[in-house]
Amino acid sequence: MLKLGVPSKGRLMQETFDWFAERGVQLSKSGSDREYVGQVEGVDGVELVLLSAGEIPRELAAGRIHFGVTGTDLVHEKLAHWADVVEPVAEMGFGFADLIIAVPACWRDVTSLHDLDAVAARFRADHGFRLRIATKYHRLVRQFLTAQGVADYQLLDSQGATEGAVKNETAEAIADITSTGATIEANHLRILEDGLVLKSQATLWKSHSAGGDCGPLIRKISAH
Amino acid sequence: MSQLRAETARLLAAFEANGAVRLEADILQPADVLLDLYGEDIRARAYVASDPLRGEQMLRPDFTVPVVQRHMAVSAEPARYTYAGPVFRYQDSATGRAAQSEQVGYEVFDRSAPEVIEAEVFGLFHQILAPLGLTASTGDVGLLRAAIDGLSTSDARKAALRRHIWRPLRFQSLLARFSQPVAPKTLGAGGQQIGLRSAQDVQERLAQLEEEASAPPIPAAEIEALTDLLAIRGKLPEALKLLQALTSRLPSIGPAVAHMAARIKALDAAGMDVAPIGFEAAYGLTAMEYYDGFVFGFYAAEPGWPAVASGGRYDALTRVLGQGRAVPAVGGIIRPEYSLRATKGRLSC
Repeated sequence: MLKLGVPSKGRLMQETFDWFAERGVQLSKSGSDREYVGQVEGVDGVELVLLSAGEIPRELAAGRIHFGVTGTDLVHEKLAHWADVVEPVAEMGFGFADLIIAVPACWRDVTSLHDLDAVAARFRADHGFRLRIATKYHRLVRQFLTAQGVADYQLLDSQGATEGAVKNETAEAIADITSTGATIEANHLRILEDGLVLKSQATLWKSHSAGGDCGPLIRKISAH
Repeated sequence: MSQLRAETARLLAAFEANGAVRLEADILQPADVLLDLYGEDIRARAYVASDPLRGEQMLRPDFTVPVVQRHMAVSAEPARYTYAGPVFRYQDSATGRAAQSEQVGYEVFDRSAPEVIEAEVFGLFHQILAPLGLTASTGDVGLLRAAIDGLSTSDARKAALRRHIWRPLRFQSLLARFSQPVAPKTLGAGGQQIGLRSAQDVQERLAQLEEEASAPPIPAAEIEALTDLLAIRGKLPEALKLLQALTSRLPSIGPAVAHMAARIKALDAAGMDVAPIGFEAAYGLTAMEYYDGFVFGFYAAEPGWPAVASGGRYDALTRVLGQGRAVPAVGGIIRPEYSLRATKGRLSC
């Protein structure tokens, strides 16, 4: 039996169900709406596993599920050398989100990473500590800023409501996902011109280590 | 394992015979000092553990910081220290290197003539490693620092270049930016004042940007000379000649080149054959973030090996850790796992 991991809640789950339905594969929750077990119809030998979207990368890497639906951002963040352990089967065309770096809108002088780097040097000299960037995407943001040559910053872990970190004075800038930018703006922040770290969307991934015959499901959804 | 222990003991004894005092350091180090010093990059390389009471701790990624801290606390100069033990760094699975590896080190805090101390440390490593048939490479970050100081540009631009010496890509992009007339900049629209950076801070930088907007580009001849400096590589005697010739185009490197000549003379006086020693002006600019002067490494021909030994001068690090008090410092480490393997390699062929 092959296992297909799908986000267990909300819009992402519903859109995943719709996407598979368009391709002749019916996914549904079985039993009570609160139970995290599901059914698969339209293709044989596949079982539905409902999981938190954040845990799907780990389960794919461990080979405990054969397929999984989750965002590009989570796979790239959580799996070092992700291309060695999973491969994208299909980009699903929803769940679009950009991982971006944003600074307070009142920083009129800061529009690029070059400015951010210059301000970080000055900030550290003035305050005695490194400019803080609140994020939960530590690996992606660090890799990006290292590649861009930004120095004198530190990452501050923020698992939610990250856009509020500057107003709360726990950070000077943020790195977070956004789809419309509305929350960024509402929190008096502005995205840097060259501050796009990663473009993400919901993607169907295949595990390299899980084994099994993945052909039937891949053929079914590719026939669409 | 017993062979590794014997190799470690042999190296410690060699350093002690040169007057070094043995130091111990905790494996678990407070993360804040290391993070403040090395920045976020260290998180991508070092093991961080969270302690609910003491805060973040780090498995020591090197001995330099605890040794400097220890020295700054007692601070009787001159001082020579040696130490041995494991260090911990994440390794890319592709390299096949172990995350836990051994180091044996030698650090000198001495206010004598800098070239004499550099020649002592390099000479000692050279002598200990001589039987292994390794290739020695050297560099001197002081040359690039001196070249930056001599550019016809503002202090702010020089400071920006100096700050990115250890990030060659960013350094090159800054250099390219400063070699052009300043591009007009569209400012942000502004918004409600939030965060620790004050409106006055923003105003100050806006004033700087305005001043900067009329800054003339760094002359092309200077950029070219700086690029030529970074491209210099060869054996020590040839490299010195090239550098001496370059001083006519980059007069500010004169003292740094004279210092290098004095170091070669000191090595020569100690009876070392300097002819086969390599020199690269850009050596040590990517891997060795805290070295700010003479740098060196000893390499085996085997692909995928780290340097069997490496080291250099790190005066600026002592200033940071000494809270304003600085001491000239030169030191280095040998990786006994690799010096041992190199020894075996020599014996079998």
